[in-house]
Amino acid sequence: MSDPVKDKDSLKNILVVALGVCFVCAIIVSTAAVQLKPQRIANKALDRNKNILIAAGLYETGVTADAQIDTLFERFTVKVVDMQEQRYLSADEVAEVNIDPRTYDQRKAAKNPALSMALSDAQDVASISRRARYSVAYLLEQDGQVERIVLPIHGYGLWSTLYGFIALEGDGNTVAGITFYEHAETAGLGGEVDNPAWKALWQGKKIYIDDQVAFEVVKGNVDPTSAKGKYQVDALSGATLTSRGVQNMVSFWMGRDGFGPILKNLKG
Amino acid sequence: MSKNVNEVLFGPIFVNNPIGLQILGICSALAVTTKMSVALVMCIALTLVTAFSNLFISMIRNQIPSSIRIIVQMTIIASLVIVVDQILGAVAYDMSKQLTVFVGLIITNCIVMGRAEAFAMQNPPMISFLDGIGNGLGYSVVLMMVATIRELIGSGRLFGFEILPLVTNGGWYVPTGMMLLPPSAFFIIGLLIWALRSWKTEQVEEAEYEIGGHTALSRAM
Repeated sequence: MSDPVKDKDSLKNILVVALGVCFVCAIIVSTAAVQLKPQRIANKALDRNKNILIAAGLYETGVTADAQIDTLFERFTVKVVDMQEQRYLSADEVAEVNIDPRTYDQRKAAKNPALSMALSDAQDVASISRRARYSVAYLLEQDGQVERIVLPIHGYGLWSTLYGFIALEGDGNTVAGITFYEHAETAGLGGEVDNPAWKALWQGKKIYIDDQVAFEVVKGNVDPTSAKGKYQVDALSGATLTSRGVQNMVSFWMGRDGFGPILKNLKG
Repeated sequence: MSKNVNEVLFGPIFVNNPIGLQILGICSALAVTTKMSVALVMCIALTLVTAFSNLFISMIRNQIPSSIRIIVQMTIIASLVIVVDQILGAVAYDMSKQLTVFVGLIITNCIVMGRAEAFAMQNPPMISFLDGIGNGLGYSVVLMMVATIRELIGSGRLFGFEILPLVTNGGWYVPTGMMLLPPSAFFIIGLLIWALRSWKTEQVEEAEYEIGGHTALSRAM
């Protein structure tokens, strides 16, 4: 430090400064990351659970406190669905495939060839390229009867993959609600998938006619008196491609390669 | 000294505004100004990063070899940005979901780099810190003005509260979707710069060239 200006550009000083800065920065960054990680994971899980509650209609924005989310969430029976064999796994089987339904990350599983399946172009209407073999389903039961079922869905919109949940009534046909907890669509246009007013349009709509997905997102106002009215939702204005993405998502996840067969069983 | 502090801290707000005069940091100004709440968090994040990067870089300015100074600055700025992003994810999760891409881009924000290189490398730590705060404020003022205009006209809200009753919710206001798209921010920033330069005429740049006379005409005469 006698005369820093003089030997500032020596090779030795360059190395010392470079390594020193890297070392200090690495420590600061890793400390912050490690210290805050539990909080971040908790936030993510809370946000997901919150969206499941919103889809199921158990969460009132501005009324339900974050602290209540866990208690409300306890009301769900969490099941693991085998998408290939189209049935729920028993508790033993869940233990066998080593899945903890509360922390199961379907997105990670979809990238793992052993836990997922590639979709052919004809199957892949939602542009997700791979589907995880196992999915989680959240059942709201009353007196042994399924009252509502919340299913995770995702698919490509305009800029991004939208991740969300769709909730159906116990008949496996009527929509109880839909939410998206992660997307990167244009704020104000495609981003309006988050708009409560738009999501409210979904409530009470039907999905199937004779086990075929008849649900559509259409341009223009839906005529509630027409025969098709209860299978249609008005698309988002200025967001044709996002709306189409949402439509494809419903077609895929409610269809044969999605939860279709499971919902059919629900209908009895 | 006190006059100097004033100049460093408040100068960048109007007199030497990083966006208005130096035209730096435009990219994030376009991206995060559709909602005021998002813009506000972005402003706080950028102000903190600029202030602390200036502080740390200034602290070691006599040790930084000139041949690797940019990369040293980048390392410090990037570390700070990651820390800010982590903190946001932990304490304001909903906000971080919307902002995380842009927070990452603070690393390449010209204001942060520009102040580190132009000010912190030559000045002592405390005044550099204040310079960072000042420039952050200058950026914030412009960002918040743009966000106010865009959110109000684009979605009829301010900070998410409905000011103009929307048609979709039974009111009369049809939101102007154009305001939510990036080009509108260009227009607004352009108009703000025009207003600023009409008010402070010393900011008007001299024309780099003058249009010459009509050559064919002069030859004919």
